[in-house]
Amino acid sequence: MAEVFLKLEGIKKSFGGVRALKGVDLEIRKGEVHCLAGENGCGKSTLIKVISGAHDPDEGNIFIEGKKVENLKPIDSIRMGIQVIYQDFAVFPNLTVAENIAMNRALMTGAKKMDWKEARKLAIEAMEMIGAKMDPDILVERLSVANKQMVAICRAIINDAKFLILDEPTTALTAKEVEKLFKIIRKLKEKGIAIMIVNHKLDEIYEICDKLTVLRNGEYVSNGDITEYDRARFIRDLTGRDIEEIKYSPEEDENEILRVEHLTRVGAFEDVSFTLKKGDVLGITGLLGSGRGELGDALFGLAPAQSGKIILNGKEIQIHSIQDAMNNKIAYVPEDRLTQGLFLERSILDNTMAASIKNYFKKGKLDYKAMEIATDDWIKTIGVATPSAKPAIRTLSGGNQQKVAIAKWLNTSPDLLVLNGPTVGVDIGSKSDIHAILHRLAKGGVGIIVISDDLSELVQNCNKMIVMRNGKVAEVIDNTVDETTLADMLSGKQGG
Amino acid sequence: MKNKSIKDVLTSTEMINVYIIVALSMVIGSINSNFLSVATVITLSRAIMVTMIFALGEMLVIVSGGIDVSFPAVACAALFVPIKLMVDNGINNVWFAFGLAIIIGLVFGALNATLTAVVKLPPLIATLGVSSLINGGMLAFFGSKEISNLPKAVDAISQKFLFTYTAPTGATYSLTVLFLIPVILCIGVALMLKYTMLGRGIYAIGGDQNAARIAGFNVVRIKYFVYMFAGAITGLGAMCYCILCRTANPKNLMGSEMMVIAAIVVGGTRISGGHGKVIGTVLGVVLVGLIQNNLIMAGVPAYWQKFVVGLVIVLGTSITSLKAKKIAQSAKV
Ligand SMILES: Nc1ncnc2c1ncn2[C@@H]1O[C@H](COP(=O)(O)OP(=O)(O)OP(=O)(O)O)[C@@H](O)[C@H]1O
Ligand SMILES: [Mg+2]
Repeated sequence: MAEVFLKLEGIKKSFGGVRALKGVDLEIRKGEVHCLAGENGCGKSTLIKVISGAHDPDEGNIFIEGKKVENLKPIDSIRMGIQVIYQDFAVFPNLTVAENIAMNRALMTGAKKMDWKEARKLAIEAMEMIGAKMDPDILVERLSVANKQMVAICRAIINDAKFLILDEPTTALTAKEVEKLFKIIRKLKEKGIAIMIVNHKLDEIYEICDKLTVLRNGEYVSNGDITEYDRARFIRDLTGRDIEEIKYSPEEDENEILRVEHLTRVGAFEDVSFTLKKGDVLGITGLLGSGRGELGDALFGLAPAQSGKIILNGKEIQIHSIQDAMNNKIAYVPEDRLTQGLFLERSILDNTMAASIKNYFKKGKLDYKAMEIATDDWIKTIGVATPSAKPAIRTLSGGNQQKVAIAKWLNTSPDLLVLNGPTVGVDIGSKSDIHAILHRLAKGGVGIIVISDDLSELVQNCNKMIVMRNGKVAEVIDNTVDETTLADMLSGKQGG
Repeated sequence: MKNKSIKDVLTSTEMINVYIIVALSMVIGSINSNFLSVATVITLSRAIMVTMIFALGEMLVIVSGGIDVSFPAVACAALFVPIKLMVDNGINNVWFAFGLAIIIGLVFGALNATLTAVVKLPPLIATLGVSSLINGGMLAFFGSKEISNLPKAVDAISQKFLFTYTAPTGATYSLTVLFLIPVILCIGVALMLKYTMLGRGIYAIGGDQNAARIAGFNVVRIKYFVYMFAGAITGLGAMCYCILCRTANPKNLMGSEMMVIAAIVVGGTRISGGHGKVIGTVLGVVLVGLIQNNLIMAGVPAYWQKFVVGLVIVLGTSITSLKAKKIAQSAKV
């Protein structure tokens, strides 16, 4: 068996009263791809930050290549060959792509001078490896989420790491880039590099991982070869319950909720028409740049359509701005929750109420009691792991932040709910809870549109799907399609 | 930057400053033909050189994500204490004057850094506290009486010039040798910011302090450097001011922080940190200096000058923050 690179013993870490890690053991060997799995808020990212020196553990021992290390600081961990792709990327918005990518190398070697030529070269090299196409001189604040994630990946893979940690590295990537990333990971593995991945997409875990460690609630649950885990056992270990994966098939209903006719925004999408009937959960999918995201932005007035008709519940409506959309009871969960969806420094309550606050004015005063009750209610139904509604969003785990972003819009009691990548980073247990909520709302007459490139989620969750290619509707299908066929449709290999 | 489009360059904050400076100069020049002359350049250079030194330190602090409102107080202490000591004890040495001024700046810079980086007070609160601490101390120990006979060696510097220009009218204009200090500092700081990892670290912690920490930057050390460097050059600038005025006044510089910060922000530095360039700050200082010192040549009454300064600051800072907002909301690539 290969040598052990990292060994953890009894790691404990608390934040105030929240016990994030309650004594975790872990062993990672060279040349293995190790999956760290567990529900949202179980402590995966916290454990990673302990390994990278970003958090000091309260108790426990860390051994790196057999040597016990104490008082680990980020720079020490980097010098020992550990590179991390953080869940929130931790890139510098005010610096260029090239500098962001080259920064880790410079810090690792302890360079005193900034070599701009070298930085550019390194960045271009890294981007070629993963197939990213970005201007190396552009500031990162101008990048999309997907490209920010690419930057984070590039800067970790370009350094000759001995141990690479990837905390949900594929949340914003499409299938093609995921394939490229996995190719790189396999190559690194052959070179004997130890790799640890956190990921909530089971298919990807089965594709790339050799070993698995499951955590629940800050505690170790089980560990072993991936081959020892079939889907059912995996899900049971993760969630402590069984989850049925059933497709959503509502009864036929002729009542029309939404009709879109010839919607066009030049350069984004063209002549898009579809209808959504009562009970429908409509999926919109397509590759990056197919216009799927832009269509969602248009329905919410972020970048409005220039021509075409939108008819909601029998009435034609005009959407030129976000205000128009909200007045017509349209809600939108955006793709980039960190910069568009949430106020990170504010509490869960403030965020949950952010889009519906006007419903809580009573005689010119805010009804705090009602707001607290509603927030607590959402925390329970949607399964946000938190002791109360008070903590700032920043202190929540990534998946739990996403849940609050959804709760914020559900609380507006919308007539039409558009979700762009609704369950990105959400664990499978909560995913199925969120799906159940969407299905219940759909049956109650709320129009639900799910924009996503997570094909298994679409097939399971939507009874009707639109595939977009080059800004146009390429296919309209129902959920009898399988994922492989759907994937081919996306790239235009199949269908007409 | 190789791929920057011409449009980006032409609409950069630096270029906007250049346009305003040129336009303003033409307006003043068309009203008063005496304006467009070597003499104006020399007097303006002299008038803005101390502000320029202060602005440079303040800019570093702002880029790193902080703010320092204590520099006027630090400057008062750094110019008055050495002169007082020298006069009382009969010391007559230029190096002593500058050396002690810099040391005083370093000490208060270290105090600012400790309060913000270690005690973790918000920078505004910390430096406000330090400011009033110094202010009170100065008043208690020295009162508000100025010293008008500087030690000879120190005073002599005020008569050393780089060159002297004789106008057609016969009047002479001389540029002080001290002008070399801001020039050298500007070049040095610009190079440091662009080509050293320390400089990049200042941008990094201003952009995202937590990301900088986990990337392996020593955030505390960088903050100590920034505040202490700013303190040191504040001391240097203060002694220059004292020499140019040929008196040591314990409170004259108080209240100059707003104008300096405004000039920096007009020059394109984002008050939220992470963005800012030396060239922008130079242009911002020149622009504000031009308005403050030369508008009178265009016949604008004194009370309107305040108004115009305010107007330029409001416009200039709005441009910077509107640009930031536009980037935040624009379509991502
Ligand atoms: N800085 C912090 N302050 C307070 N609480 C924190 C902080 N960071 C994490 N926590 C808490 O620690 C627990 C574990 O969070 P962590 O981010 O490690 O979860 P995770 O397993 O990565 O979840 P996810 O799958 O959603 O990313 C959560 O309850 C979270 O709220
Ligand atoms: Mg996490």
